Amino acid sequence: MNLHPTTAGLLLAGILFVLGLISVLIRRNIIFMLLSVEIMLNAAGLAFVVAASHWGQADGQVMFMFILAMAAAEVSVGLALILQLYHQLRTLDSDEASRMNG
Amino acid sequence: MLPALIPAIPFLGACILMLCWKRVSRTAVTVIGCGSVALSALVALAVAAAVAAAGKEPVVQHVWQWVQVPGFAAGIDFRMDALSVVFVLVITIVGFLIHVYATGYMQDDEDYGRFFACMNLFVGSMLVLVMADNLLLLYLGWEGVGLCSYLLIGFWYKDPANNYAARKAFIVTRVGDTAMAIALFLLFEHMGTLNIQRLLQEAPVLWAKGDPMVTLIALLLLGGAVGKSAQLPLQTWLPDAMAGPTPVSALIHAATMVTAGVYLIARMHVVFELSPAAQTATAVIGALTLLMAGVSALVQTDIKRVLAYSTISQIGYMFLALGCGAWSAAIFHFVTHAFFKALLFMGAGAVIVALHHEQDMFKMGGLKKLLPGVFWVFLIGCASLTAVPFVTAGFYSKDQIIWLSLAAAGGHKAYWLAGMLGALLTGMYTFRMFFLVFYGEAKTKVHHIPGPVMMVPLYILAVLSTVAGFIELPHTLGHVALFSHWLLPVLPAVQLATDSVALEWMSQLISAVLALGGIWLAYMWVIRRPQGMVDFLSMPGQVWLQGCWRRGWDMDALYDALIVQPFVYLSNVNRKDLIDKIYTGTAQLMEACHNLMARTQSGILRWYIMGVVLGAVAILSVLIWRLHMVS
Repeated sequence: MNLHPTTAGLLLAGILFVLGLISVLIRRNIIFMLLSVEIMLNAAGLAFVVAASHWGQADGQVMFMFILAMAAAEVSVGLALILQLYHQLRTLDSDEASRMNG
Repeated sequence: MLPALIPAIPFLGACILMLCWKRVSRTAVTVIGCGSVALSALVALAVAAAVAAAGKEPVVQHVWQWVQVPGFAAGIDFRMDALSVVFVLVITIVGFLIHVYATGYMQDDEDYGRFFACMNLFVGSMLVLVMADNLLLLYLGWEGVGLCSYLLIGFWYKDPANNYAARKAFIVTRVGDTAMAIALFLLFEHMGTLNIQRLLQEAPVLWAKGDPMVTLIALLLLGGAVGKSAQLPLQTWLPDAMAGPTPVSALIHAATMVTAGVYLIARMHVVFELSPAAQTATAVIGALTLLMAGVSALVQTDIKRVLAYSTISQIGYMFLALGCGAWSAAIFHFVTHAFFKALLFMGAGAVIVALHHEQDMFKMGGLKKLLPGVFWVFLIGCASLTAVPFVTAGFYSKDQIIWLSLAAAGGHKAYWLAGMLGALLTGMYTFRMFFLVFYGEAKTKVHHIPGPVMMVPLYILAVLSTVAGFIELPHTLGHVALFSHWLLPVLPAVQLATDSVALEWMSQLISAVLALGGIWLAYMWVIRRPQGMVDFLSMPGQVWLQGCWRRGWDMDALYDALIVQPFVYLSNVNRKDLIDKIYTGTAQLMEACHNLMARTQSGILRWYIMGVVLGAVAILSVLIWRLHMVS
């Protein structure tokens, strides 16, 4: 099987994204969910990089920098939330934090 | 002088009294209440003098622009011409006398200030009604007096019966007002203006005589007049309106508001002249009403209800005159009637107060010696109402109507007969009341002799009820026509079909004999042969007939069966909100949907993410599918 590098890169990004998504959906441990979100973000970043190299433009790489910065911010906020959650509920199970329902 | 001051002063008085009657003394209330009407009367006299001095040129004042939209403008415009001068003078002068009398009548009432606030508001509204230069402003005054009549009839609101009477008066007159409002819409649609003078000038240009549209408008206006003036078939509210204090009955139900219909028809006389059918309808309604109400007055036991039916009957005479085209005769009878009926109502009030609020005539009697002052003024009022020949004002005004109902171009023998029969009935019911109250044995103790504050207005009105007739004397008796001459710029002279002095003498003679005969019958009935009358009246059939008459020909029961009961039935059917069910059902469906949606908000994070994913997949699917379709 002889794939074009761009197609292979996008395929990899797609697989990574779906894997991340599935693990977000099936994991109950909120730290794992955070990790999975990171995987999804990386998959999106990979797609940007592949596209940038395909068209020979720097825009995609610049966008990846933004994604990286955003992911860092997200992790810090997310970890703070997780700490608070653990402090309040003594557990990391996200389903336990279901008090804000309609 | 400014005509606008005439209604403005009573309105100001009403405002002051409404805001602070609880905080000022009774003396202050009296001064404001009576003083505002007195001041208004003085201004009215000055304006009347100005109108007379200018050769009956109307005084017109534009105060401000009330409504201004493209195609329609209505201002607060007041106009004092010959006709409104007559009404304004009667309203302010008789109104002032009634206010003075009321300070005595109401002196022990806890709501003294509220009473005068409403009375002043009424006088102001009535003045707006008669001075308005356009029909929209006239309608404002028209509704204003309706509101005040409601407030004053239900003045003693703690008794539910009074509130019921007030509501009845309000709703029944509203039926007529709706007809009038439609007439105004039609007039505006066809003529593009509601200015009375322009309407009167342009109506004959626009419509030929007998045009169906002008007939419709005239009949609708007549509907409004019939409601306000308590004529057939909307007369049922006036007898019940006697629930209010007696000065209210004197002011509203004798001297002013109930004659607003007469004013409206006289004011719009051009429209009525264009429609012979509407004029005939007016005359027929007047003739029937004067007979029906006269018969009802004959069997009443409550003194105020006699006077109420008598008022309906006398306004019937005015409508008869209007229908025959004898415009000034109707207005002349309005003036004399305002004097003697206000006198009679207030005299009855004096009797009622003296007997500690006893209104049943069969519990009175023998008051001739106990209340001599009231006796004499009441006698003068009764004589004027009965139209005792030569010496009373009522004779000259009523006789003119009876003669013109035969002789005028719009007259008819049947009208004349009705008028004659009415004259006999008037004599009978008036003096039946008079004899019952003042002769025979005293049945109730006199608690209280009316003081001068109540008696002086009665003396003045007694003088007016006598001398007011001499400004207009018939052809046969000197022929003075000051009054109709005064009204000539506004109301055309009556057109005579027959002009025979001999016939006029004959008519006057018959009406005089009938009036005196009515008195004689009443004398026989009440004083000479009471037992014979009792035997006659207890015959089978008579009892039922009398009951029917006493209840005003059972019109109330008829309306109850025709209108009130079906309405009550329908509202009972709809008690469970039959129609509302549709709307309630819609609301319930929405609520169910909402509950369903609320379930999704479980608080479980992963379900939310699932939702986002499913949404994204759906959107992407649609996008890809469309891309596929395009390519």
